[in-house]
Amino acid sequence: MPNPARPPLGGASAARKICARHGDDPAALIEILHDLQAAEGHIPPEAVPEIALALNLGRAEVHGVLTFYHDFRTAPEGRVELQLCRGESCQAMGAEALISAVCARRGAALGETSADGVTIKPVYCLGNCALAPAARIDGRLLGRASPERIDAALDAAFSEPAR
Amino acid sequence: MIRLYVPDDSAARSVGADEVAAALAAGLPSAEIVRTGSRGALWLEPMVEVETPQGRIAYGPVSPADVPDLLEALPSAGPHPLRLGRPEELPWFAEQERLTFARCGIIPPLDLAAYEAHGGLAGLRAALGMEGAAICEAVLESGLRGRGGAGFPTGIKWKTVHAQTASRKHVCCNADEGDSGAYADRMLMEGDPFLLIEGMAIAALATGATEGWIYIRSEYPEAIARMSAAIEVMERAGWLGENLGGSGRAFRLRVRRGAGAYICGEESSMLNSIEGRRGTVRAKPPIPAIQGLFGEPTVVNNVLTLAAVPLILAKGAAFYRDYGMARSTGTQPFTLGGNVARGGLIEKAFGVTVRELIEEFGGGTASGRPFRTAQLGGPLGAYVCDEQLDLPMDYEALAEAGAMLGHGGITVFDDTVDMGAMARFAFEFCEIESCGKCTPCRVGATRGRETVEKILRGENVAANMVLVEDLCELMRDGSLCAMGGLTPMPVLSALRLFPEDFDRAPAQAAE
Repeated sequence: MPNPARPPLGGASAARKICARHGDDPAALIEILHDLQAAEGHIPPEAVPEIALALNLGRAEVHGVLTFYHDFRTAPEGRVELQLCRGESCQAMGAEALISAVCARRGAALGETSADGVTIKPVYCLGNCALAPAARIDGRLLGRASPERIDAALDAAFSEPAR
Repeated sequence: MIRLYVPDDSAARSVGADEVAAALAAGLPSAEIVRTGSRGALWLEPMVEVETPQGRIAYGPVSPADVPDLLEALPSAGPHPLRLGRPEELPWFAEQERLTFARCGIIPPLDLAAYEAHGGLAGLRAALGMEGAAICEAVLESGLRGRGGAGFPTGIKWKTVHAQTASRKHVCCNADEGDSGAYADRMLMEGDPFLLIEGMAIAALATGATEGWIYIRSEYPEAIARMSAAIEVMERAGWLGENLGGSGRAFRLRVRRGAGAYICGEESSMLNSIEGRRGTVRAKPPIPAIQGLFGEPTVVNNVLTLAAVPLILAKGAAFYRDYGMARSTGTQPFTLGGNVARGGLIEKAFGVTVRELIEEFGGGTASGRPFRTAQLGGPLGAYVCDEQLDLPMDYEALAEAGAMLGHGGITVFDDTVDMGAMARFAFEFCEIESCGKCTPCRVGATRGRETVEKILRGENVAANMVLVEDLCELMRDGSLCAMGGLTPMPVLSALRLFPEDFDRAPAQAAE
């Protein structure tokens, strides 16, 4: 619902446009951050005061939300996002060993980006617990994940246009 | 013409359902390929079904490499090593009691006509002819309890909201299914989204709510897309929007995305998150039924709770109440995950034992090694040992045994599991996901992880065990919500049932 306090602020930046699309509604802050991240790849620090102004919130409030949720990042990441599930069901099927193997193959630790541009992240349950271990590669869910299956999925992701 | 059914559930797709559908389309250009949700036999995915005069005949698990071979068998539903026969006749399905998941995997999820043909909208139609109070009464009589884990009687919650005189009320569906081992919400939203919408519309009629929200975790992008599309279909058909089913009453439903915070499955955190805030827990009282979303009266229910409602209205409270045991009435969709041979969704009346679920439905471990433990009810649930498997799945019986049903997820482990590592992980998970509002949870999780690490290194084991027990008591009694309050469950159950995994000499620990 639009913010009744005042008319839309407008403005040319991506953050402003996205805020306007959500009616400058402070309750839509998380949706706005999702949309901005989808458009820009991350939430640039300069967007925080712009969003705060548009939604009539304090910068601290926007910063608080931005840093509370695991999904949001304030710096660019690698070309491909690889999420590896660490939930109990995946652990029961060797997730920790899989994570070690994948990280070793890519030469990057969990939370880091490999030289070839794969950002490896932990995730806590992808809802694919009967086909564990699970992974998600640029949004695509992978069940019964193995280092080989993950390699193949990463190759496929690299062959697609950049996010 | 041949009609084939291939699931487009994200779990089925995670093991190649899209590739199989594409290969079938290429190999049988004349066939109509219908994408459905999953029936829930996930170990058989991708499961392909072909329509015959005798019903559908299933084949599975089908990999893209199997397709060339299968092309000959499919048109006549003929023999093939992967032929399973009629899915309904497989013991795995025949022994279930599918009420909520009756349609899932059978109809195309966004086909409203098919939904109606399979019994959909009957509950909402019945509710449209009833007073709000009478709807609340029917739900109360059915004995339906919150499927999110707390087990609170749904009818009482609805009655409380019904009694509020506020000008605006809300129905919030908690679809932040973060528990490992639980995926029933996801399957329902992807496979039968209209059922959830129907349940929410009934809740709106019952309580006088005009605003509806479905809060879906961002880890479920397929469910987010499917629910958003289903809302549009229902709006166009006049079941949502300014005139709910011609009643003259408004019910505006929308989807809100989570952003990767487990704590937002806690209802008050979820409300803060829907309001665009940090997902911190709110102190109670006030309860959400009186002051919930934006401070207004709010029904907060889990996906499976709301999805159980249409049938109660369609077939009557007594029909639903006749399933189950004692104070746990109706059915519960249980989900098997982890190291289990036949993982999937099993909907059964309450009272089924853990052993029946793991051994008879699940077929034991996937690795073939001996069973060691199962965690019931997600990351905050207790681990159980073999001797406890004859416990019935019932809110009270499990609570009495120091365990919990939670959201119905069961995670199976074989004998290679290190329970010391799992206890450590329980604290680590709490440390990562704590909202930080209360000290027992925020600080306790970190100190707990550190202390378990000391035990696992063989440092002052006896003294540190006492410390962990003491810390767990404090977290249980002093935390604001179930995150800190229940983290002791997996930790203490692991300590008590498997003390040998914690009793390490320093030398052994150094290995």
